[in-house]
Amino acid sequence: MTSAPTPRPGDPVITPALVAEHGLTEDEYGGLVALLGRTPTFTELGIVSALWNEHCSYKHSRTHLKTLPTKAPYVLQGPGENAGVITIGDGLAIAFKIESHNHPSAVEPYQGAATGVGGILRDVFTMGARPIALLNSLRFGSLDSPRVRHLFAGVVKGIGDYGNCVGIPTVGGEIVFDPAYEGNPLVNAMCVGLLHETDLIRAAAEGVGNAIMAVGARTGRDGIHGASFASEDLSAASEAKRPMVQVGDPFTEKLLLEASLELIASGHIVAIQDMGAAGLTSSSAEMAARGDVGVSIDTSKVPVREEGMSPYEILLSESQERMLVVAKKGQEAQVRAILEKWDLSAAVIGEVIAEPVYRVTEGDRVVAEFPGSKLVSDCPIYNPPAKEDPGVAELRARDVHAIGELREESDPRWTLERLLSSPTIASKRWAYRQYDSTVRTSTVLRPGDGDAAVIRIRNTDRAIALKTDCNGRYVSLDPRVGTQLAVAEAARNVACAGARPMAITNCLNFGNPKRPEVYFQFTQAVLGMGEACLALGTPVTGGNVSFYNENPRGAVHPTPVVGMVGLIDSQKHITRSGFTTEGDDIVLLGEPSDELGGSEYLARIHDVVAGAPPRCDLPREKATIDALLDAIRAGAIRSAHDCSDGGLAVALAECCVADVDGTIGAEIELSKWSALPLRALLFGEAQARIIVSTPESATVLDLARKHGVPARVIGRVRGRAEGFTIRVGERVIRTPLDRLARAYHDAIPNIMNASIAELAVLEQHPQPSGA
Amino acid sequence: MKFGIVTFPGSNCDYDSYHAVADVLGLPAVYLWHKSTDLEGVDVVVLPGGFSYGDYLRAGAIARFSPIMKEVAAHARAGGPVLGICNGFQIACEAGLLPGALLRNEKLQFVSDRVYMRVENADTMFTSRCETGDVLRIPVAHGDGRFTADEETLDRLEGEGRVIFRYVNADGVPDATSNPNGAMRDIAGIISAEGNVLGLMPHPERAMEELVGSADGRRIFESLLARVSA
Repeated sequence: MTSAPTPRPGDPVITPALVAEHGLTEDEYGGLVALLGRTPTFTELGIVSALWNEHCSYKHSRTHLKTLPTKAPYVLQGPGENAGVITIGDGLAIAFKIESHNHPSAVEPYQGAATGVGGILRDVFTMGARPIALLNSLRFGSLDSPRVRHLFAGVVKGIGDYGNCVGIPTVGGEIVFDPAYEGNPLVNAMCVGLLHETDLIRAAAEGVGNAIMAVGARTGRDGIHGASFASEDLSAASEAKRPMVQVGDPFTEKLLLEASLELIASGHIVAIQDMGAAGLTSSSAEMAARGDVGVSIDTSKVPVREEGMSPYEILLSESQERMLVVAKKGQEAQVRAILEKWDLSAAVIGEVIAEPVYRVTEGDRVVAEFPGSKLVSDCPIYNPPAKEDPGVAELRARDVHAIGELREESDPRWTLERLLSSPTIASKRWAYRQYDSTVRTSTVLRPGDGDAAVIRIRNTDRAIALKTDCNGRYVSLDPRVGTQLAVAEAARNVACAGARPMAITNCLNFGNPKRPEVYFQFTQAVLGMGEACLALGTPVTGGNVSFYNENPRGAVHPTPVVGMVGLIDSQKHITRSGFTTEGDDIVLLGEPSDELGGSEYLARIHDVVAGAPPRCDLPREKATIDALLDAIRAGAIRSAHDCSDGGLAVALAECCVADVDGTIGAEIELSKWSALPLRALLFGEAQARIIVSTPESATVLDLARKHGVPARVIGRVRGRAEGFTIRVGERVIRTPLDRLARAYHDAIPNIMNASIAELAVLEQHPQPSGA
Repeated sequence: MKFGIVTFPGSNCDYDSYHAVADVLGLPAVYLWHKSTDLEGVDVVVLPGGFSYGDYLRAGAIARFSPIMKEVAAHARAGGPVLGICNGFQIACEAGLLPGALLRNEKLQFVSDRVYMRVENADTMFTSRCETGDVLRIPVAHGDGRFTADEETLDRLEGEGRVIFRYVNADGVPDATSNPNGAMRDIAGIISAEGNVLGLMPHPERAMEELVGSADGRRIFESLLARVSA
């Protein structure tokens, strides 16, 4: 038994002001004093501030997250670990996780995004999985703003430089531009890894006497309180917190990746965890909690970058590319040897102890000591009031059909081109051309090739399809339905690539949960997500919550991003999204409706976000996916593309012009629905719709009927010279492909190349070179 | 015929090169660790893509001093084939095995794409399975791929038939968008005076199977196989 900690010479005195500065409420501080039975030391206050902030403690979300479905026979690891894991057969498994890096990216886009990628990579390889793909889900304000262009350019470059250097392909995701994200960009990074089930390792400290080791990069003074920074609103003062943003080193990450996988395979360790948010503090406390053991850590043994760092600083540093490892007793030297092979350091900094305490010493002096092993889970839980903003209910009730058409809309070609050039819809090649998407030589569908990215699994006939989705506008208008639609769209997208939707990871981006209207959005979104995941058979295996995405002008659209993993049984079933073959029939699975609410059409053409989002019929979504997958397995499908932003006309045009290697024509007949308002028919976003091209439409229609899904041949793939034609009754909308292609492909390059934002980023961050 | 694939700490295409040789072509292959001084009797050395030592200073600038590179240089001097891909091309230039240098891409952005490259000389041990004028579709992924040399060197390379690949469009001619990095004279790959060291920016090892988009890269490996085993 050691003596109780005493204040360290030079530590500030604990005052109410200091407590407040650490983000603890009076009640929380009271709880801490009760837990300790005395006044905390400065170090203890820092530790608790780090563990009980929103980012680490999930104190406003935990109760609701527990309601999500998390089980399926193939789920090996659900929420609570560094990443979720599902089995895909043959003893192989997929580990995956998505995480936000919104706040750092708002003040320092390049490093914020880069370290977001680094963190999510570590979450996956600490499960014993080799990362095989990266995706990212990005939200920015309007590209008309020079600051937004600067953020966009910086984030894209940060993502690219980090992933490219580590050598993990960045294969997909989504990028959305909407004024609601003007002050608070969202940067969510997802990583997917492959492992043998037998290599699965968890992050639970166990085995009294086992050594706790810090491995990888040394600890510096960067990123102290980063997690606390991510647990408050952004304000003018946030800019001053730029030093809290960590700096990434992808080369060290690559070394750490190789060393960690070698370490796990060696059998010399029992647990490994990234020192991510709240650094050494949270990694050690979380490992202790999971293993239900005590730990003792000596900060004087942690390898540091600079002299004179206090225990407080060492514990809270968020220096990147570091791991905490529990080594088997007596095997520390072997661990060190593996790290040295990769020119990295490893130091024993503590041990697993029988006594149920979380203890930190500086040499012989005890600087912090908490009873029990549940310091992490002992944090307070909040369920604040939730109430819908009446303004949102009004927006939802608004009759959007009453919005008059613009004069230009008398020519639907104008509207179509305007939508195709909307940055949210337009080709994102400007961004993904900066991402190495083919390294590891397993990428079958690259960005732009299909509705989801597809990675083959070597030495098997299988592949996985990956996608992130969320339409924040829908969620803002109706959080429950909007979130159901996010899950449904992600499922539809992986199905279009030929995959059975398997499981999701989520990244829940919201405003300040202490505001009842935000908490209402959050609780409704989680409810909707649970319902959709249950209906579609895709359990949640983990994820991340990011609150406080707001600034003095307001909160972002509530944006519960869904990261979906689908499994393709045979590589023959991999399906692209664009039309491929002249003469194929074009079949629409599902039906148009008169819905216009929440559409890209209203936002882009009329600058209106209103109306109810499209109806979500989950059984219908499931049946549509099943019908499509049956048709794909029957070999009847040449391409499949879901109808989402911009509606049917935009989706059809994308099937013709999205492939940079060549455009192809189409002739479409929609007269059956000529009773619908033309703009709803062409640009409305009715859900559960998929456009397929097929040489065997009879088979497709049969299978659709079998699943009770409406389906109809709506046209034929034509030669390039024949252009793009849609007939609706007497109305003939005909346009050459070049115009559509230019609208779709040139929109973002035209904006970005005319901007100096990119150059400013390049000057600040000369990238690592090579490849 | 045995391939040795050098693994620098930041190599990340060593795995792809190994896959191309061992899994796709079924040939013996070994990884050669950068701290090693033993080539393990390999016939062909591959310097793979990646970021050898982080390359924060200059691509390949540190790699040339690694222990294995002494052996690779000796192997090259003795006429042994060396294939430098992407970062491997940069390292070969830094190590003096090839002339010229690879500078930051003209538009300053990393470029990841599939490009077309035309075979300019089929009479080499790396291109014997091609015809001069053939167009191969191969991925590129690099930040520093702008091949640069003085005019005299460029003229000499051209005159001696040592420009092996040039960026072109699908029809086999250079155009305004076919050169992804601003390389001088659209040069994508060159060979040493003795004809045994090839450096190129595109990644033939990532183009070995139609499933992943192209199998055109096989022609380079199969050429080597034909020549060396003959």
